[in-house]
Amino acid sequence: MAELSYRDAVIRGISQEMERDQDVVFLGEDVAKAGGVFKATVGLYDKFGPLRVRDTPISEQAILGAAMGAAMTGLKPIAEIMFSDFIAVCFDYIANEFPKSRYMTNGQTKCPLVVRTGNGAGSRFGAQHSQSVENWCMMIPGLKVVAPSSPRDVIGLLAASVRDPDPVIFLEHKSLYSIKGEVPDGEIVDTLGTAKILRPGKDATILALAMMVPRALASAEKLATEHGIECEVIDVRSLVPLDTQTILGSVARTNRLFTVEENPRLCGWGAEIVSIVADEAFYDLDGPPVRITTPHCPLPASDLLEDAMLPNVDRIVDRIRRTMGA
Amino acid sequence: MRMQARTETDLINDDIGETKRLELYKTQLVIRDAEQRAHDLFLQNLVKGTSHLSLGQEGVAAGFACAMKHGDLSFCTYRGHAHTLARGVPVEKVLGELMGRDNGLMRGKGGSMHLTSELHGVMGSYAIIGAHLPIACGAAWRAQYKGQKDVSVCFFGDGTTNIGAFHEALNFAVIWNLPVVFVCENNLYMEYTPISDVTAVQNPAGDRASAYGLPKIVIDGNDADVVYREALKAYDRARSGGGPSLIECLTYRHSGHSRADPAKYRPEGELERWKQRDPIKIYRERLAQFGISEKAISDIDAHVKREVDEATEKCKAAPPTSLDILTTDVYADGGYAWRN
Repeated sequence: MAELSYRDAVIRGISQEMERDQDVVFLGEDVAKAGGVFKATVGLYDKFGPLRVRDTPISEQAILGAAMGAAMTGLKPIAEIMFSDFIAVCFDYIANEFPKSRYMTNGQTKCPLVVRTGNGAGSRFGAQHSQSVENWCMMIPGLKVVAPSSPRDVIGLLAASVRDPDPVIFLEHKSLYSIKGEVPDGEIVDTLGTAKILRPGKDATILALAMMVPRALASAEKLATEHGIECEVIDVRSLVPLDTQTILGSVARTNRLFTVEENPRLCGWGAEIVSIVADEAFYDLDGPPVRITTPHCPLPASDLLEDAMLPNVDRIVDRIRRTMGA
Repeated sequence: MRMQARTETDLINDDIGETKRLELYKTQLVIRDAEQRAHDLFLQNLVKGTSHLSLGQEGVAAGFACAMKHGDLSFCTYRGHAHTLARGVPVEKVLGELMGRDNGLMRGKGGSMHLTSELHGVMGSYAIIGAHLPIACGAAWRAQYKGQKDVSVCFFGDGTTNIGAFHEALNFAVIWNLPVVFVCENNLYMEYTPISDVTAVQNPAGDRASAYGLPKIVIDGNDADVVYREALKAYDRARSGGGPSLIECLTYRHSGHSRADPAKYRPEGELERWKQRDPIKIYRERLAQFGISEKAISDIDAHVKREVDEATEKCKAAPPTSLDILTTDVYADGGYAWRN
């Protein structure tokens, strides 16, 4: 067991998979010699050499297209898109190419690749470098979408993503790179499509993803100590595949559902889960499911404004307390 | 671009040879007859959706395919029937796919614009302009990384040269020295608009080559011999570690952009002039010049006609695709489940 940062967990995760399999290659902007703009790939170039860890030009379409062509023909590429906002300039590969090839060709082609990308707010970078874009990806048949919240999950879910035969969008949260957590020694391989109950509770279920996970946990602590409300906190971890059984099981116990979403409100992942719960667990509910999200707005740059836009502990606690009538 | 008269020495030193010439002719003819049949089947409402034919552009597809080795990879656009057929995919498989029959290449799940046959090295037909140029780079990167000797050949139209992915891919292929060959089929029109109306340079691919440190190569795409020779050179370069090539082939499509397009925007007489330079016509004359008998040529004509006729009948008799495959192969586990 060792304490590792989320950033160093990315390095260890990629390293673990590249050591295991010569077909795993890694490409992106500034990822090799410079070690990545978030320093999350430092040392990989020295360790695995220029044939396996490759710097690219600022050409997001070339990066994702090359990853796909390599994946179709026998490699298992990890491609980095520096900021997830940039997915918009290469969205054709995410929306049209990776996920549809297998279906359109009646199963002839494969696309085993991982797109790692820095997602989410908190860095005061403004509207085009701060978004949470998981919903852009979640809606597309054929993709898998993963977003870890802890160093241990970074390694385990990244390994699972690299070993997965389908294209995986792997969303690393920029504001989590510096957090630390306990990580076991040796190889770590997790399972996609498994949510994790991080805190048991009998009164309400809180679902969260990535940076909203620590905020949900802090909110649950406060609700317990200050208001006597015991919340079960679930880290969703993987939007596709989605572990609905863990979620439905929790709602059956607590009879209350809250989602905490960093994304702007419309068509957020929480809306899909609320719809599933309404459809399949309506009579388990003691009250309406509540989504706590960023408003339907772009993100501002100033620290004060950005903080006010995102769900925070005070907002989460207040909303849950009021809904629960405490 | 007039044909040169052949001398006795040319005959003796013929670098292409009779066997390959007959293959080039037959390949062009299969495309011509199958494309014409696809058009006819549209008119009979047996092919639905859209279709982008390569009538008039057969020389490019045949020249590049006949120069390939087994294992070389083709990446095509939505105008991809020709390149798919040229790699030896049976006519029945292609027409069956266009007709949405169970015998189709992808059993009707892809359709005209997405013909793919991994078995034949046809790694897909891509309907988003420019998308497959970076993808071909990736396949070439794999060959380079694994020390494999196959070449990735990427076909696209003149219109593609004005989209970003073209430029990203060219730069990428050069800086990584990838074994990829980019083939621009300049048929003079991007969909309905003359390419010259919307492009800063005269040769949409050729004049861009220097921006990526590549030589300008512009060839007669209607002469399959010219195409074949240029293809061999480019493949050799790629296989020997010499990096990518960009080749612009001048050609002309005899029909409109797609099924819906009567091509009324063409100036009077243009089509007729290009039909004088029909690649099939040019090649028939070439075969005769090299002493191949009228009988040998008409045997091929009859054989191809029979192949296309038989394929058509098989497709008409084939059942429509079963609904059993409606939701298969979304994910690698064979299904479409996104939740437990």
